[in-house]
Amino acid sequence: MSAAKVFTKPASMTDKIMHFCPGCTHGIIQRLVAEVIDELDIRENTIAVGPVGCAVFCYDYWDVDFHQASHGRAPAVATGVKRVHPDKVVFSLQGDGDIAAIGTTEIVHAAARGEKISCLFVNNSIYGMTGGQMAPTTIVGQKTTTTPGGRDSNMAGYPVKLTEMLAVLDGTAYSARVSVHNPANVIKAKKVIKKAFEVQIKGEGFAIVEILSTCPTNWGLSPVESIKWLEENILPYFPIGEFKTPGEVSR
Amino acid sequence: MSKVLMKGNEAVAEAAVLGGCRYFFGYPITPQNEIPEYLAKRLPEVGGTFLQAESEISAINMVFGAAGSGARVMTSSSGPGISLKQEGISYISGAELPCVIVNMVRGGPGLGNIGPAQSDYFQATKGGGHGDYRLIVFGPASVQELVDLTIEAFELADRYRNPVMILGDGILGQMMEPVEFKVKEIRKGPEKPWAATGAKGRARNLITSLYIVPEELEEHCRKLKEKYDRIAAVEKRHESYFADDTEIVLAAYGTTARICKAVVDQARDEGIRAGLIRPVTLWPFPDEPYYKAAEHADAFLTVEMSNGQMVEDVRLSVNGRKPVHFLGRTGGIVPTKAEIYAEVKKIVEGGVR
Amino acid sequence: MAKGRAIICEDRCKGCGLCVTACPQGLIELSKKLNNSGFHPAVVSDMEKCKGCALCALMCPDVAIEVEKEES
Ligand SMILES: Cc1ncc(C[n+]2csc(CCOP(=O)(O)OP(=O)(O)O)c2C)c(N)n1
Repeated sequence: MSAAKVFTKPASMTDKIMHFCPGCTHGIIQRLVAEVIDELDIRENTIAVGPVGCAVFCYDYWDVDFHQASHGRAPAVATGVKRVHPDKVVFSLQGDGDIAAIGTTEIVHAAARGEKISCLFVNNSIYGMTGGQMAPTTIVGQKTTTTPGGRDSNMAGYPVKLTEMLAVLDGTAYSARVSVHNPANVIKAKKVIKKAFEVQIKGEGFAIVEILSTCPTNWGLSPVESIKWLEENILPYFPIGEFKTPGEVSR
Repeated sequence: MSKVLMKGNEAVAEAAVLGGCRYFFGYPITPQNEIPEYLAKRLPEVGGTFLQAESEISAINMVFGAAGSGARVMTSSSGPGISLKQEGISYISGAELPCVIVNMVRGGPGLGNIGPAQSDYFQATKGGGHGDYRLIVFGPASVQELVDLTIEAFELADRYRNPVMILGDGILGQMMEPVEFKVKEIRKGPEKPWAATGAKGRARNLITSLYIVPEELEEHCRKLKEKYDRIAAVEKRHESYFADDTEIVLAAYGTTARICKAVVDQARDEGIRAGLIRPVTLWPFPDEPYYKAAEHADAFLTVEMSNGQMVEDVRLSVNGRKPVHFLGRTGGIVPTKAEIYAEVKKIVEGGVR
Repeated sequence: MAKGRAIICEDRCKGCGLCVTACPQGLIELSKKLNNSGFHPAVVSDMEKCKGCALCALMCPDVAIEVEKEES
């Protein structure tokens, strides 16, 4: 009998210990992306674009060429990169504030242009890096440092369902929401991320994948409680699923 | 060599193509629209890409991405749009990427108007965005110079891995003059081994302006300063017009410098020893010619289409040796030869203190 | 019966406990001792019972777990 490795760190991931807080599922997402890069064998062919937010150091963990962007502008930067290197795989990773508040214009128009890039978006329903302020995805009633009494829809409106929004644009080829709160969903999430890359590689157009994630530190919960809170509060508002797949043209 | 009659904006666009620019990202704004319009036709002919962005913020960030990917890339705009680009310009400077930015300056502040102005001088030369950085800034004064400096801008941008700004104005962009394109073959940029191109057979490249460790950021800023010092040591350019034996030296750039030249001619005809020192680079600012001129000149007169911006650099250059006067028009109004001449006369006759 | 081994890198572990809830056998617990970063790292209490399903590793946000499975 011999022992085979059934799970190891993906090759396109560096050895660096990630800076995310304990139990933050951002780390799972970083790993899934690296696994997809390995499986598609595109490490030497990929250029990643990062956000300003908790994932600002994502380049420390992926062994690929990387281009920084300012807060919210990753889709515009990725557009510039992709236009220069149409034969390369260009993807971006952003947080919810980055993509659905300050960067709404950039993501909407990258999608509308059918930019052949894969955009990943980590929705933790809060501004993580700046210490837990309200995000465009903060759900009604959720307490944050700037909605101390809970988000009041009269005052602060409603969460942005960006992935559904982008699905109605004809330039969007693929739009899906996944979550990484349990093993079954982690496996599903990886499949969807991979599909978003494949959509680009096949030249089918713009792909957006929203990934629901936890923020134990700013939610004020333990990592395990955070998973439960996500299931009970976020999943009902942000349903998991594919909103658009290649070939569908929205009306 | 044959000359063609061309509008400034179109000449800049053609010069960019000759300078090797393959990518242009922009957003419409008067008075520079002929640049994107020209390139929308022209770039595809040379295998390049023109893209109309959804805003100037997006445009400059597309420039950021294309520059980091190793391309020769340009954007153009005017006042309000250039304000929006400042964040991106700061990132591009911090990440030390080459690109060319054209500002056909219009009247400000705010929406101002679409008349010519020089009121974006501070923004261009002192760092309009956040952080310690410098742009190389050219202040062309003719369509020919727009062409020559635009082509050169791409070379300097690559040489120093630094953004270069062409600071024109509404008049220069709209004016038609005969120009000669001395560069016959489309230029190509140098190899850029640092660019993000996919880490094939090499260690990965990282395009960033983030240095979270204070010592590392300080080291980065120190390196930037060294670069700026190197640029300042060799790239200062100016034109001297009768400025060697003067009683009064005019200081002006771009459109106003053209008028000042005519003023100098008139003054010389009428026995006033006037001269003009015209900065061609606004940053680095050619300080020495002013300092030297202070030996023989009794006074200086800076003329701008602003409330007084470049005059501060002239004063720094003259360093208190002689009085530096100022004449400015704003609002899109161009100072006339007559009013400048009248000011010159007043100064030499001792009427202005 | 397939036998597995979940190897937890003590120094990468931040003691978040997501693997503890992920293990269908309930084999993982947080150690009483601290690792070099001051976290209570996860440890496998009874490796004999590990089936090598790798669900712990799937949920680990810090890529701290490697899983082996014996092939017969
Ligand atoms: C122009 C600008 N405004 C504000 C900030 C400060 N800032 C940094 S990260 C961030 C929010 C990030 O939140 P999100 O995108 O949800 O990502 P997370 O940190 O939660 O992963 C803000 C506001 C900035 N860096 N730049």
